[in-house]
This record gives sequence, structure tokens and C-alpha cells, in this order.
Amino acid sequence: MIAFTVNGRKRSFKGPPFKRLLDVLREDFGLTATKEGCGEGECGACTVLLDGKPVTACLVPVCQAQGRKVETAESLGRPGRLNPLQRSFQENAGVQCGFCTPGLLMSASRLKKTDPEAVRVGLAGHLCRCTGYMHIVESVSKAPSPLRERSTAALRGRRALARRKR
Amino acid sequence: MPRPPAGKVGAGVARVDAALKLTGGAKYIDDYRLPGCLHGATLRTAIAHGRIRKVSFDPAFPWDQCCVARAADIPGANNVLFIEADQPLLTEDKVMHPMQPILVVGHPDRAQAYEALKHITVEYEEEEPVLTIAESLAGKKLLRGEDNVFKKFLIEKGSVEEGFAPADRVVEGEYRVPHQEQAYIENHGIAAWVEKDGTITAHGSLQCPYYVHKALVKIFARPPEQIRVINAVTGGAFGGKEDYPSLIAGHAALLALKSGRPVKLIYDRHEDMAATTKRHPAVVRHRTAVSRDGRLLAQDLVIIMDGGAFATCSGVVLSRGTLHATGPYECPNVRVRSSVVATNTPPNGAFRGFGVPQAIFAAELQMERIAAALGLDSVELRRRNAWKVGTVTSTGQVLKESVGALKCLELCVQKSGYTRKRKEYAAWNRSKGKPTWRGIGFALCHHGAGFTGSGEVMLASRAAVSLAKDGRIKVLAAATDLGQGAATVFTQIAAQALGLPAALVEVEVPDTALVPNSGPTVASRTTMVIGRLIERAAAGLKAELVKAAGRVPQDRAGLRKAARSLCDGGPARRFEVQYEKPEDITWDDQLYRGEAYGVFSYAAVAVDLEVDRLTYEVKLRKVTTAQDIGKAINPVLAKGQIMGGTAQALGWALLEYADFRGGWMRNSQLTNYLIPTFADTPPMDVLLVEEPYSRGPYGAKGLGEMPMDLSAPAVVAAVHDATGFWFDSIPVLPERICAEFIKAERPL
Repeated sequence: MIAFTVNGRKRSFKGPPFKRLLDVLREDFGLTATKEGCGEGECGACTVLLDGKPVTACLVPVCQAQGRKVETAESLGRPGRLNPLQRSFQENAGVQCGFCTPGLLMSASRLKKTDPEAVRVGLAGHLCRCTGYMHIVESVSKAPSPLRERSTAALRGRRALARRKR
Repeated sequence: MPRPPAGKVGAGVARVDAALKLTGGAKYIDDYRLPGCLHGATLRTAIAHGRIRKVSFDPAFPWDQCCVARAADIPGANNVLFIEADQPLLTEDKVMHPMQPILVVGHPDRAQAYEALKHITVEYEEEEPVLTIAESLAGKKLLRGEDNVFKKFLIEKGSVEEGFAPADRVVEGEYRVPHQEQAYIENHGIAAWVEKDGTITAHGSLQCPYYVHKALVKIFARPPEQIRVINAVTGGAFGGKEDYPSLIAGHAALLALKSGRPVKLIYDRHEDMAATTKRHPAVVRHRTAVSRDGRLLAQDLVIIMDGGAFATCSGVVLSRGTLHATGPYECPNVRVRSSVVATNTPPNGAFRGFGVPQAIFAAELQMERIAAALGLDSVELRRRNAWKVGTVTSTGQVLKESVGALKCLELCVQKSGYTRKRKEYAAWNRSKGKPTWRGIGFALCHHGAGFTGSGEVMLASRAAVSLAKDGRIKVLAAATDLGQGAATVFTQIAAQALGLPAALVEVEVPDTALVPNSGPTVASRTTMVIGRLIERAAAGLKAELVKAAGRVPQDRAGLRKAARSLCDGGPARRFEVQYEKPEDITWDDQLYRGEAYGVFSYAAVAVDLEVDRLTYEVKLRKVTTAQDIGKAINPVLAKGQIMGGTAQALGWALLEYADFRGGWMRNSQLTNYLIPTFADTPPMDVLLVEEPYSRGPYGAKGLGEMPMDLSAPAVVAAVHDATGFWFDSIPVLPERICAEFIKAERPL
């Protein structure tokens, strides 16, 4: 039995250990946000986070997830309560047919730098045939980045500490 | 401040389906759980041409766990009715291309269904295949009729012979374009089942529910009401899901009928790319007579397309290519001769642009060649010949309104810094020690919106708006949202016509049991033609609401109240309208004379790029495009369409190459059929030009395909500007640029 966490919930899988993580998520757990586009790690549609790092779930045998944390697009906001990144995709037309979107969101949510050039490099492992990418780049660049907020908050904290020391 | 219009036509509102798609809640066909379903797998031919001698099944394999459907199981006709009925659903003997379906296997386990295919042996009697346009024209083997020609056209305006007589220069060119794969990210897929009452239902990733419906009626020999086709959320199509879903639906439904269980038939990427339709490869020859001051005097053109093994929509693709062959330029004497021929390759079909990218690639490069011959700047040459109000086209159509070609050209020249960059880059390319050569290229095009000629009259599309007794308003149309945003635009149009907030309008799922036949979701017709029908239907509802309530109620409660009298005891009141032929539009299908299209859209593009002096790689720096689409119902979605289509054209020009050998595509993977990534696609500046069309909803014209039409020749022109080399075919791969340098003995 392979035991791991999916979107914060403990899950176990009893089938063949080399079944693709993609199929286990979709078929065994009913988590269909993660899509198959090419089945060979080229298009990025099946991207999920494994211990916080983006991986293409079509190339990951489920046994590799043993004891680890998997996050899928289902872990983000719900339709009535989109998270800031999703909201930015909604507002900046970052989604058209939507098939590449869940995977893109997973990678985009882990980008450390979100200036347009960094986004183009950081998301280059994802294919989208609808948008020509500009609206996706804008969606990611304009989204309030939790990472950036966190570091700004930390910086502010350090500055306050320094002032107090003075 | 003026109040914003209720329906927000002209505002870049967010897509109605964005939240569902962003949370994984949108259900594409493979996301549905169908208890007890079989998974289908398709056995295909392995030769390009010949006959099947024998199909044998490995007796050691547990066939009792499978359901195998073959041609003999088809209750009706063994062909997929589209424009013609020449394509078998399952082939029994004659093999016309290497990916022809022979039979389908269903198994409760997807992997086992594919495993089963390995336990079937097919013996063939091979014949020599016809693989290229040249072989087909030479009549190497007869695949079709007496000359291998599916369809041919002739357009004549004035007299080409007379036009050539006074010419100062005659310029000739031959241009070639290859296949192109649609490469939507969601592969083809259909689920099918038989309802208790015998209705056969197909649900899946498709563009045109009523096309699939029409095909299934014949295949299963059932009355139309016993066939139901439902559009699932579709992950991109670009023309690729226009006709092929009819085959997949036929296969899935046949298995469902035989097994008595629901069936899912989902292609993987390899099968999708290798078996389904692509853009038609084409050869286009131009011979142009021009005056010294750059006026076109005569155009003599030949277009030949490769249709593949079956007719699909090849004749219509050729027709559109033929009608756009001249480019958006006026010329008194024109002759266009065109044909599409049969080869033993998988049938080619619809892909965004539908024959126009092939025609415009040649027409625009010919303009470059003419400009070079005359020593004129090619933009100036375009300016002198571009269509304007009053122009008479090659079919004798007089352009009466909404001709934004020159406006697009000037705006694009200005915003792209075209003239300045030409000079700057010439200096850059002369100076030593630079890592790249830089260039900027330009192109102009037109795109006829809607079906060609009398096509819209024959389609006689219908659409409706309904008010249910609970106060819900629905748009009913068979037009599908493939990602382009049809559903969002429809809510905007209906709400605007009703004078209601768009949130009060929903769009019904395109389901043949629920919506009228509004024709296919193709030909840049959805916003312009169906949108106009919806506007009219909504106006009908509005009039009744005003009659019943004195005004249009502005909330659900008020609508519910009004619905009580309007619905008159029924569940809903439906306002349905049908396309009406504008009186002044005439078209002669025999002579190809008259109004080819109700209106044309126009676009100009400037592509700014650089070529690496070491690797010969092309890096796109910036694309600027101005597009006259009449009216942007939703400018944000419109720009999304334009940028997406432009990226596809850039891919076709620089990266995409379907490697066909022996009749089949050898690189049917996204690993080696390269489409543009984030890193390949440049920033784009999209400028919307709005020259309103009096018959479009709020002035809107078609826009979906045009962005695909014009960037490829602009890329080639920019590569020429950078390197001095002309390419008459695409993709312009680094190795080809390198080869030109070697050939010219021009070192770095």
C-alpha cells in the first residue's frame, strides 16, 4: 500500500506501484482537475506539486509519492472563493479553453519571481495553444504574490527590529 | 457619467466559465465517471494503400472480456456523411491511408483495450501509394475519379491576357506551405451510450454538434430524434474538432450499441496527431503584371492543395483559399485556377484560416517580390493597391462598407515603428561584432466572415432566447465554446439587446436535444452570424416583456412575474429566429461571381525579430498587429483570440513541421512536433480597429481565424530583412537559414 497526502488529506493506494500518479489522482481519487495532454512530460497540463515542487504527474509512478505531499488544483480556491492567483487569471483573461490551466496554476503558484520575463522562463514547460501566452504572463505578473508579500513582511519586520535596536 | 450599457457590449468582462475552469470544476469528457463503461481503442491500418486480406485474432487472448465492433455491426451506412460520404466509418477492404480505422475494441480497463490491439494481426495486399501533390497530379495511381481531383475552381475577372500586355514588369513566384497540426491541448474524446428508449447519445469534445448528429443518423439508420449529441467542455479545437468527432462518435456509439454499456473513446496524443485532420499543404503559383509605379495590372494564380485520402471539407477549404488568393488588393484582371487532389495520407481538414493562410502566405510574399523588382518599399506597394470602399474584388463584389485595410496598415506601420526600425536594423546588420541580424517584416490580409457565397442561406441557421417560468433567461444555440469565449460573448449580446445585466442571462449547453441547429462553430461566424441571431431573438423577448410588464424587469423576481403571463402555463417561452438572406447579396455558385462574403475583416502585422549569428535561431522580439473586426463585443477576449491565432501562425512559420514519410506522420508527439512555448512567443501589441458592419451585432465582424492568416509571410519578410535571404516555404528552420549562408558562400 502506498500512503501519501493529497491536498492535506491522507490517502492510500493499493494498486500497481508503477501506475502513473496522474491516473491515480484522476481514476482512483476522482481528482480530475489534473489533465493529460501528451503523456510524456512535454505539455505540463498534468503538473501537480510534490512536496511543494512542480512535477508532471504523467511521468511520476505513484510509488514515488510514498510518504510525500501532493497538491493539485483542487487545493486552490473554490469557484465562489478564488485565490488571488486564480482571480488574476479570471480578470486578465489568462484562461481560454482551460485545459492547460490547472497545471499552469500549480507551477505559477511556486514562482519566486513574477516579472514578465521571469514568468516566461519559469512557465516555459507549459504549453498553451489558445492564448499566445501574453494574458497568462499578465495574469501571473499582476497577481499579488504570497511569496513576495511574505518576504516584504519579513523585511518590514527586520527593519522594525533594527529601528528598535537603534 | 453615462451609465454603462447593461449587457456590457464593448467591455472586457471576465469569461462566464473562468471560475469553473480555474478550479478544476469544468468537466471535459474524460473527467466524467461513467459507471460500468468500456474504454475503446481503435485498430488502424498500417499501410498507405492497398487492401486488407485478412484480420485474425490471437486465440490465446481473452476476447470474451472484450467487445469488438466491426464494419458488419454497423446498422446503417458504413460511411461518415459530411459534405460527401466517401469516408468509411470502419474499413473492410480498401486501404486509402495509413491511419484508417478497421475495428474498435472495448474493455473495462483502458490499458487492456490497447493490449487487445496487439493481439490482432492484419494481412494486406499492398499497392504503391500516391504521397505527394506532384504524384497525384501525374496520375501515378487513380485514387479518385479520372484525375485524382476532389474539386477545382476557376475565377476570372477582366482578361489576364490583356492585363499582361502593357506590363512594365512581370513577376513570378512559387510558394509552398506544409501541413499544420491544430495541437489543441485536450485530445479528441467522445463518450457514447444508448438510452433506455433507444436514443443513441454522444457526448464529447467537438465543435459542431449537428455535424456529428447528421453523420450518426446515417450510420445508425435512426430517425433524427433518436440521436442526441452533447458538447462537453472542449479544450481547444481550431478546426480540428469539426469533422473527426463524427468518426469517433460513430466508433464509440457502435461499441455502446453492441456491448449495451457506455463507452469512452479518448485518444492519446500520438493517435490524435497521427490520425486526425491537419491543415492542407499547398503549392501556390503567382504571375503578376505590374506598372512601373506599382499598380497591379493582372494576377494569374494557381493553387493546388493536398486533400489526403478522403474529401472531408477540402473543397470548401480550397474555395476559401481561391477567393482570398489575390490578397486584399484590387486588380482589374484576375484569373485563379485551383484544385485539391487526393493522396494516400490521412485526410486534411479544417484548421483556423481554412485555406486563407495558404493563399495569404503566397500573396504577401509575392507583394514582397514585386516590391523588390520595382525598388519600392513593400508597405508602399500595399498602400497603393489595398482594398477600399468601392473596390471590385476578383468575383466582381463591390465593397460597400466596413473596409479597414488601409486603416490597419497605417496604424500598424505607425505603432510598430516599422519605418524607423527598417533603417535602424540596416545599420545594426552592417555593423560588425553584433550577435544577431535584425529585421522587421510586414503583411496585410483580409478574411471573409461567415460561410462562403450562398453557404449561410443554405445553412439557414436558427438560434433562440428563452424565458423559463422561474424567470431564467437562456441563450439557445448550437455554437460551442471551444475556449474562444462564445458563451461569454453571447451573454453580452443577449443582455445588451434585452437591456439587462449579463448576470441574468445564461447560455444553454449545446445539446441537440435542447438547442436549435445554428450551424457549425467555424468560419469566424459565431459572433457575427449567431450573435446577430441572438440579438434578434432577444429583441423578440424584449418586446413581449415590455408588452407584458411595461418594461424589462431588472431582476429575477420581476422576470419570474413577467414569465407567468409570457409562458402561458408552459415551462418556458422560446423566441427563435432564423438567418435571413440580405436582399442585395447574390452569389453564382457556378461562375463564382458575386458577393463571396457579406463582409471582410482586415488585419496588418509587423513582425520584429533577430537571427542569431552563431546558431541561426530566430528570436521573435515583438509583434504588432492592427485588426479591423467591426466591433469588439469583448475587447479582452478579442485580443486573446488575436494573440492566440498569431502565436499559431508564428509557430507555423518557424517551428511546426509534420514529418510525413510513407504517408504517415513520424513525429506525432509534442516532443518533436514543436509548438511555440512561453519562451518562443514574443510580447504582442494588439490594436483593435472598429469599422462597423451594418449587419453584424453592434457592428461586429468575424475575427477568430484572421490572426492565423498573416503572420507567416511577415516572419519570412523579416528574416529576409535580417539576412537578405528569401524563403518560399516554411518553416524557416535554423538549418535552412544556415544552408542559405553556405550556399551563398557568405560567411558571418
